[in-house]
Amino acid sequence: MTHDGVLLQVRDLKMHFPIAQGILIQRKVGAIRAVDGVSFDVLRGETLGLVGESGCGKSTIARSVLQLYRPTAGQVLFDGEDLIQLKGERMRRMRRRMQMIFQDPYASLNPRMTVGDIIGEPLLVHNILKGKARRERVQELLHVVGLNPYFVNRYPHEFSGGQRQRIGVARALSVQPEFIVCDEPISALDVSIQAQIINLLEELQAKFGLTYLFIAHDLSVVRHISDRIAVMYLGKIVELTGRQELYHRPLHPYTQALLSAVPIPDPVVEEQRRRIILEGDVPSPAHPPEGCHFSTRCRLVMDRCRQQEPEFRDVGGGHWVACFADNK
Amino acid sequence: MPLLEVKSLKTQFFTRDGVVKAVDDVSLYVNEGETLGIVGESGCGKSVTVLSVMRLIPQPPGKIVGGEVMFDGRDLLKVSDDEIRKVRGNKIAMIFQDPMTSLNPVLTIGRQIREGLELHMGMNNQESRKRSAELLAMVGIPEAEERLDDYPHQFSGGMRQRAMIAMALGCDPQILIADEPTTALDVTIQAQIVELVKRLRDELRMAIIWITHDLGVIAGLADRVMVMYAGHVVEESTVKELYANPRHPYTLGLLGSLPRLDEARAERLTSIEGLPPDLIDLPPGCAFELRCAHAIGKCQQERPELESVGPKHRIACWVDVTEGVVP
Repeated sequence: MTHDGVLLQVRDLKMHFPIAQGILIQRKVGAIRAVDGVSFDVLRGETLGLVGESGCGKSTIARSVLQLYRPTAGQVLFDGEDLIQLKGERMRRMRRRMQMIFQDPYASLNPRMTVGDIIGEPLLVHNILKGKARRERVQELLHVVGLNPYFVNRYPHEFSGGQRQRIGVARALSVQPEFIVCDEPISALDVSIQAQIINLLEELQAKFGLTYLFIAHDLSVVRHISDRIAVMYLGKIVELTGRQELYHRPLHPYTQALLSAVPIPDPVVEEQRRRIILEGDVPSPAHPPEGCHFSTRCRLVMDRCRQQEPEFRDVGGGHWVACFADNK
Repeated sequence: MPLLEVKSLKTQFFTRDGVVKAVDDVSLYVNEGETLGIVGESGCGKSVTVLSVMRLIPQPPGKIVGGEVMFDGRDLLKVSDDEIRKVRGNKIAMIFQDPMTSLNPVLTIGRQIREGLELHMGMNNQESRKRSAELLAMVGIPEAEERLDDYPHQFSGGMRQRAMIAMALGCDPQILIADEPTTALDVTIQAQIVELVKRLRDELRMAIIWITHDLGVIAGLADRVMVMYAGHVVEESTVKELYANPRHPYTLGLLGSLPRLDEARAERLTSIEGLPPDLIDLPPGCAFELRCAHAIGKCQQERPELESVGPKHRIACWVDVTEGVVP
């Protein structure tokens, strides 16, 4: 990995949310360790997929990378500059270069604003375009995401879920960012509409040279769209490697279980598959287990896993894994 | 003879904006011990179909305007409210999508499982408590006896769905209707629940109607599959035939829209363009015509009926997609 190919470097990022108790005097009694020390790079022009189950901290990573949360510890280097140290005007200028597409196309669009105002708002905030030029840019964006440019004066409720998600994409594109965080952009949509949005995101990436951090819980979708994939479990990245490698040579027992749990739409394949069924549920991030966070559900667990935390290391060819077990 | 047979079911909702034809002329059957999958996207009528079978459609605005539901030699649409209550949760049980909203938050899990046992099986307090502990243990909840006194919020999502299943199985139903039971769950928990249902199906030999939008889950579970679109059944076939040889353009589109975990390389997904039609103002012809890549002139005027295209394989389409010409 050469340095100039790296757009985003995240180092030992931690995001802990305090648990407070008391009515008048609030005391901190603990912390939800939503993201508990993760490191990864996002290369220019690639799509890095981030998968994991609900509550594993993938959305928290997204938000702390974009500084929508102030991380507890760690570094987020965007094009070499640590975002956590940036303030005020310099941060605002940086925000132009990174945008986000949200999961819920119903909650992420203001129902009282017209589509034109929603898509054009970032242009105003960042002082890019005004008046007629702004309006024209909005119409151009609508066209780019496959909506009719005459829709500018309509309100979000007049659109279906898939169309709203296109509006969200247009808004993210308005300031011509380099980097877009897609936080479960298709989870709320029907299957046939999901494919439309995936195709749109891929087209836009090719057209504008975008870099994506693509977050989803659906491994088949992530494998389809990503170049490399990071798998998360309970606040940690447990494995990170290329999309083919992850599928053909998963090393972490959690990744193996996750892969085996994903249903494949083919009855003949399904008949022959052997599933690794994980017992029980994910522990609470307020009290993660000692040692390896996955040790309570791991089928290969050893004594060492319960005491020591495995290091997240490169086992060769950019295949990163955090596990003691020799699992090849 | 099939265990349950639905003939030409029509359910409509009378709203201010007009009449929503949610289910329009749907027929289906389930044989003993068979698993039928009903697949379709939001608003295609899959849930309304099974809710109509159980007579759980809120009325008004909904109304079952036509059809028959034959079960046990009777038409369930014609029996009295008391009679249908004896069937619901007893001979035909149901589990729902969201286990949090379908469990009562202020009653213990045990109390909720016992309710059906006492009502339908006439068990007393002691018997029902013993039986509900057995049921919870059967669905794989550890320390079942103690967990009976827990409230739903003390259970995780997967455990709540297990408790729902325990509740449904209490009276040894002949048919279990599962309405998207794993949609709200994570994929590893979904795998747990699907494994559990498969095991219980083989042990208890019950028939299952499994509703889902997920063509992946149904591939590993169903014997026979029905694909629904805009209130109609558009394709029906055995599970292997459907995936190996899909014949309706909508089914083809759905399968093409799905990225596969085992795909060799990332190919562009063949999405279905456009949106499903408004159920208030359905076109006179085929409801899929506007989005269909194979549409011909006839599709706009006449609605195709389900016709056989092979053994146990029926489609509602004027076009033969395997040849690209009119049959």
